[in-house]
Amino acid sequence: MIPDLDRRDRLSLTWRDPPGWWGFLTTVDHKRIAARYIVTALLLLFLAGLLALDMRWQLSWAENDRMGPQLYNESFSLHGSTMLFLVSVPAMEAMALWLVPLMLGQRNMAFPRLGAFSYWLYLGGVLTLWVAHALDVTPDLGWFEYPPLSGPNYAPGHRADIWAQMITFTEVAALCASVNVAATILKMRPPGMTLARMPVFLWAMLVASLMTILSMPAIMLVTSMLIADRLVSTHFFAPAANGDVLLFQHLFWFFGHPEVYIIFIPATGFVSSIVETFARRRLFGHHVLVLAILAIGCLAFGLWVHHMFAVGLPRLGNDFYTAASMAIAVPAGLQIFCWIATMATGRTWLATPMLWVLGFVATFVLGGLSGVMTASAALDLQLTDSYFVVAHFHYVLVGGAMFPLFGAFCYWYPKATGRMMSERWGRVAFALIVGGFNLGFAPMHLLGLMGMPRRVYTYPAGMGWEGLNQIATLGSAIAVAGGLVFVANALLSYWRGAPAGADPWGASTLEWAGESPSPPWNLAYTPVVDSLTPLWDSPVLRVMDGVAIERREVIVTSVVDAAPLYRQKSAAPSIWPVVAALAVTAMFLGSIFTPWAIAAGALPIAAALTGWFWPQRGRATTGPLRVRS
Amino acid sequence: MSVVAPRDVQVVGDLSGLPASASGVRHLVWWGNIGFMLIEGTGFALAAAAYLYLMTQQAPAWPPPGARPPDLSWGLVFTLGLLLSELPNLWVRRRALAKDARGVRVGVAAMAVLGLLLLIPRGYELAHLNTRWDSDAYGSVVWMLMVLHTSHVVTDWGDTAVQAAWLFTHEIGDDQFADVEDNANYWTFVVLTWLPIGAIVYGLARLW
Repeated sequence: MIPDLDRRDRLSLTWRDPPGWWGFLTTVDHKRIAARYIVTALLLLFLAGLLALDMRWQLSWAENDRMGPQLYNESFSLHGSTMLFLVSVPAMEAMALWLVPLMLGQRNMAFPRLGAFSYWLYLGGVLTLWVAHALDVTPDLGWFEYPPLSGPNYAPGHRADIWAQMITFTEVAALCASVNVAATILKMRPPGMTLARMPVFLWAMLVASLMTILSMPAIMLVTSMLIADRLVSTHFFAPAANGDVLLFQHLFWFFGHPEVYIIFIPATGFVSSIVETFARRRLFGHHVLVLAILAIGCLAFGLWVHHMFAVGLPRLGNDFYTAASMAIAVPAGLQIFCWIATMATGRTWLATPMLWVLGFVATFVLGGLSGVMTASAALDLQLTDSYFVVAHFHYVLVGGAMFPLFGAFCYWYPKATGRMMSERWGRVAFALIVGGFNLGFAPMHLLGLMGMPRRVYTYPAGMGWEGLNQIATLGSAIAVAGGLVFVANALLSYWRGAPAGADPWGASTLEWAGESPSPPWNLAYTPVVDSLTPLWDSPVLRVMDGVAIERREVIVTSVVDAAPLYRQKSAAPSIWPVVAALAVTAMFLGSIFTPWAIAAGALPIAAALTGWFWPQRGRATTGPLRVRS
Repeated sequence: MSVVAPRDVQVVGDLSGLPASASGVRHLVWWGNIGFMLIEGTGFALAAAAYLYLMTQQAPAWPPPGARPPDLSWGLVFTLGLLLSELPNLWVRRRALAKDARGVRVGVAAMAVLGLLLLIPRGYELAHLNTRWDSDAYGSVVWMLMVLHTSHVVTDWGDTAVQAAWLFTHEIGDDQFADVEDNANYWTFVVLTWLPIGAIVYGLARLW
């Protein structure tokens, strides 16, 4: 049977947003919130790409004085901070916010208002950094802002504070999103989707969320300590008063290294989904892939010191972290073998999303190999702060996370918009981006080995670096042109693409069961799952009825077995998340200038949260404060 | 391969008979609460690690020469008060699970009063730390631990006070009983986190 029109109309009435601006501000629809996250992150990706191109232009000639050292410092600081904090992590969270309920056959996230709050706070972080940039208060000390350079003695003004507070915004946003994603995956799986039947994508998002929860408090703590050193004269990082600058590095990288995997692990989820669909067979080694994700999630917390090999730590410590860094190549390698085995034994179809997977495998393996090289403390001492490291981490992060993200964008675009992207232009964009990227970054390995340092605005003539730098610039320009083709394809396809239908790729997971684009209520019934590939095992979707359609309601199930437990009321649209985010923004920005902003700002935040959580129920009819008629 | 229409469905069961609320680990919000405890617990653990790091790496003596360890008396009063507050807190939790409206109204109001009373010895503790945050790294990290924990006491007190006001003025439904339970669980978290933090602030300054 097909869900009848009356049921769809009633669901639409229940789940629709208010019209106009009020609806825009109050929506708690996970798809609308995620789309905002993605559009914002893509816009910032474009801006960060322009910064990169500008820096490449600068480095194309020796003794180029088009940029001065200050502008160059600001450019790479803004580029790195934007890419790490405002693009990579938020884009992955956005994919989780958008896809997790769809893949679970649920109508919304566990905590809908928390999702909205998360976006508004993220937007606060974006505006903090970029409005400050427009006002010429751009952070200029790299994406990590180490003290003592960022401390009160060496960084007057507010550039470092802007950076530190941008972190606070984005990390609170990421933590809220992660709790939301983890609770949704653990407690809202459809009946029958036991942990053993959970798609790799959901495992990836669950592990990345838990890693966020366990690592991001470190960066919030350390940037708060930095702000305190700058604002109220604490001495955490002041050696003259028994402080220690390396404490900053330890806490920063306790977050910073897991961060790399918080970006990479969701990408393994995208790749697993795409490979399964386009190989047209179940993933080879599903359990191995899941265990590899769990292993990476654990090991990622044990190798932060490999970012600190050059600071003079004990030899034994360096040896341990070298071993741990090399060990993580084992689960990563297992994943690659499982995907290759799936492709090799399936009837693989090279549509655009699958091309991105091939681009990912080739590029990420290269980045992984240079990672094994830099994991060696002895070699790292020679390579650190050289262009070799720039090449390595771009291969890992762009190849390992951005390429799968672009593949995921092409793969789920029909579900989000109801339209197909152009395959032809998709291939053109793929060729330009992957080709341009490799042309741009491969020469940097050589430049690093030839001794070219990172973070210098120019270099003397006669070093022999110009030719390779010019090739790198050409490659970057080609990749940026490819990016423009990609965006143009996405924009034009939104209006002119062929209608996609419910499941254009013939995929296996639940997000493809309903219509495209997904209506606000997602699926009309609660699906029942009895395998890893529910849409491949039966032409008919087995479902359960009984979750309310005249009020917002979701089903909550048990953590391991996904046995139905109870029906949970789901939050309606509300203005309070945006009000709370504004109150938090006022406090965060105020505390750049005075510690009293924390005390003064607490009251509006408390008021907003009270409005948010104040349950709407009838007045008491019992007790001393009952209504007396 | 491509499928145009949404899947046909076959209804194989009915969920309408399930309850419309739950408590304890079955409840969705319980897991959200655990998520935030995990975040804040990680923050506490890392702040404690920063204390241990500074203590072992840099300082010639701990506390540095000239500084005395925090006075024990107010710390003991606060710790004792906090531990005793767990008794009514656990009682409130049981009343919430029993869906006893009168019990949770009285209990949550009592916990709001207790939270306010506990801020008095906490205030004296802060005045008797015998160091300032801007004296040296020792003072900074001691104040960081104390401010982190105090902010949790204040936050939970605010939450409890608002909850008490709501409970007395509204009809309490199953979801609100679950909210009371979550708030009680959170207070237990605030109590438990103090034990290692207090041991570090008061103990290591004497033992190291």
